[in-house]
Amino acid sequence: MNLKELAARKGEPVDYQSLVFDYHRSPDQAAATPVRRPAAVVGAGPVGLSLAIDLAQRGVPVVLLDNDCTLSTGSRAICFAKRTLEIFDRLGCGDAMVDKGVSWRVGKVFLRDEQVYSFDLLPESGHARPAFVNLQQYYVEGYLAERAAALPLIDLRWKNTVVGIEARDDHAALAIDTPDGPYRLEADYVAACDGSRSAVRRLMGLESRGRTFKDRFLIADVRMRHEAPAERWFWFDPDFHPNQSVLLHRQPDGVWRIDFQLGWDADPEQEKKPERIIPRVKALLAHSAMKDVDFALEWASVYTFSCLRMDGFRHGRVLFAGDSAHGVSPFGARGANSGVQDADNLGWKLAAVLQGQAHDALLDTYAREREFAADENIRHSTRATDFITPKSTVSRLFRDAVLELSRTHAFARTLVNSGRLSTPSTLAHSPLNTPDKAPFAGAMVPGALAADAPVTLPDGRRSWLLQQLGAGFTLLVAGDGPAGLDDIDGHGLPLKRLRVGLDIDDVDGLLARRYDLQPGTAYLLRPDQHVCARFRNACAADVDAAIRQALALA
Amino acid sequence: MELITAPNLEAADDFYEALIDAHRDLDADRSQALNARLILLLANHIGSQRVLLDALAAARGAAR
Repeated sequence: MNLKELAARKGEPVDYQSLVFDYHRSPDQAAATPVRRPAAVVGAGPVGLSLAIDLAQRGVPVVLLDNDCTLSTGSRAICFAKRTLEIFDRLGCGDAMVDKGVSWRVGKVFLRDEQVYSFDLLPESGHARPAFVNLQQYYVEGYLAERAAALPLIDLRWKNTVVGIEARDDHAALAIDTPDGPYRLEADYVAACDGSRSAVRRLMGLESRGRTFKDRFLIADVRMRHEAPAERWFWFDPDFHPNQSVLLHRQPDGVWRIDFQLGWDADPEQEKKPERIIPRVKALLAHSAMKDVDFALEWASVYTFSCLRMDGFRHGRVLFAGDSAHGVSPFGARGANSGVQDADNLGWKLAAVLQGQAHDALLDTYAREREFAADENIRHSTRATDFITPKSTVSRLFRDAVLELSRTHAFARTLVNSGRLSTPSTLAHSPLNTPDKAPFAGAMVPGALAADAPVTLPDGRRSWLLQQLGAGFTLLVAGDGPAGLDDIDGHGLPLKRLRVGLDIDDVDGLLARRYDLQPGTAYLLRPDQHVCARFRNACAADVDAAIRQALALA
Repeated sequence: MELITAPNLEAADDFYEALIDAHRDLDADRSQALNARLILLLANHIGSQRVLLDALAAARGAAR
C-alpha cells in the first residue's frame, strides 16, 4: 500500500503487522550526478520515524530510507514511558498511543508466591501522561507512520538499502540498493537509526562495545482472557518456573507479555517451539485464578542481550541514534524509550544547524548529552541484570540474601532490582546550560526535563504546561517578566513567552511548587523541553545570553 | 562520619562468641548465606555510603 492510503484510513482498525508498503522509484535514482539532500535518516523504526517527523515539523525536508517495506513484526518493545509519550505529543501522535495503550504505573515483585516489593512510578497526580503505556511496537510504528504520511517534507523510501557510505568534510555520500538497482545520494547530514545491527555503523568500520550477558530469555506473547490488573508483575523463583525469573505484563487487544528466564544452557531453537512454550504458560496459569482459560500464542522469541555503546555517537556528518548507538537489557524499558529520546535531542539541533541558526558544533552536544544518557541507562540496566542474572557465586549469594530478607525487612525491598524503569536523564553537566546565579528549591535544575503541571488558558480551557510549550524556546515567566521581554528573540528559532497569570493560570498551584516560582522567576526551556537556564530577576540580556549558550553560540 | 576502627564494641568477647555460635551446625553454604544476610543488615544499619565504602576498602586491605 501507499503511505498516503494509510493516513486516509486513520480511525479504522488496521492490522499494522500485515501492511506491505509500495516501493516507488525516486527521481533521484535517475539523476546524472548524485542529488544532495539536507538530511537522510536511515531506518524507519520508532527512532527514525520520530526523528523524521521532528525534522519535517521544523521545516527540514527529510529522506527516510528503509531496507524493508513493512512495520515491526511481533510486539517487540512494549513499554513506552511518560517522557516518550510527551515526545509523541510534540510529534502529533501522543493521543493515538495513549488511547490504544494500556496505562500503568505499579510494579509488583514476588519471591516464590509472596509479594516482597512494589513500586509506583508516578505517585503524584497533575501530569497529562501516565507513567507508562504498554503498546505493541507495530502500533507505535503504525501511528508514527500515519503521522509521517501527513507531512509532505518526509520522503519515505521503502526497499532502499544503504550499502555504502562515505563521510566527507561537508556531507556524506550514500550508495543505495533498490529493486531498480543502485543509486547514489548525498546528504548534508545522515542520521543512522538503523538498529542494533546497524549497516551504517558496520559500513563505517565502527563498533558498539560492552558486555554480553550469558543468559537466555523467552518472550511468549499470549492472547487470552486473563483477569489481572494492568501492573508489571515480576517473580523470582516462582513455583511454576523454579530457580528462574518470570515477568508478566498486559498489552492491548487481550495480549499478555510473558518473559521467562531460561538460563544459558537452554537451546534457543527448541525453546521457540510451541510444544515447549505452551506447558510453561499453562504452569503459570495453573498458579493463577485463571487455571483453565484458553489462550493462543501470538509471538515468541528467544533472546540474549548485551549492554553496549559506541564510543562516540557523532562521526563527522553521521550521527547515530537509538540501538545503533547503544544497547541495553530489556529490564527497565530503556531501549526504545532512550532511542526516541535521542531523536528528541537531535531533531531541533539538526534543524537549527541546517537552517543556519546554529553552528555545526551544536551537534557535538547531541553526542555528549546522549552518550551521558546512554551511560546512565546502561548503568541501570547492568545493575538490574546483575541482580536478575547473578554472574558469580558471591553475586548469587547476596542476591538470594536480599530476596530472603525482603520477606520480613523493609530495607531489603529497596535492594530488590527487577529493572529500574526508564526515566529521562537530567543533563546537569550539559554545556548548553547556564549555571544558576540564585538559589532554587526543587528538581527543575538546569538540564532537567521540564515537569508537567495542569494549567488553564485565558478562555478557561484546561490544559497542561508541556502542551503549551513552543516548538522553539519557551520563556516561562512568573508575572510580567523582565523589562524588554518582548524584544528578546530566539536567534532565529521561535521564542514563546508563557506568562503565568496572564497566558496560563497555575490552577492547582503545582506549577509554582514544581518550579519554585516566585514573582519575577523565569525559566528558559529548550525546544526539547529541557530546562537550560533559570533566573530570579532576569534582565533581557541574561535571557539572550542563555539562548546563545543553548545554541552553542556563546 | 568516618569508619570507626578504634575499639568500639560494648562486649568484644561476648560478640565474638555470639558470632561463632550463630554459625553452629551450619554447613559452609548456609554459613555463607548467613554472613551475606548479616552484612546486608549491618550495612543498612550504618546507612552512610562513605562509611560503607571505607569498610569495603578496609576489608579488601586497601585502606590506609
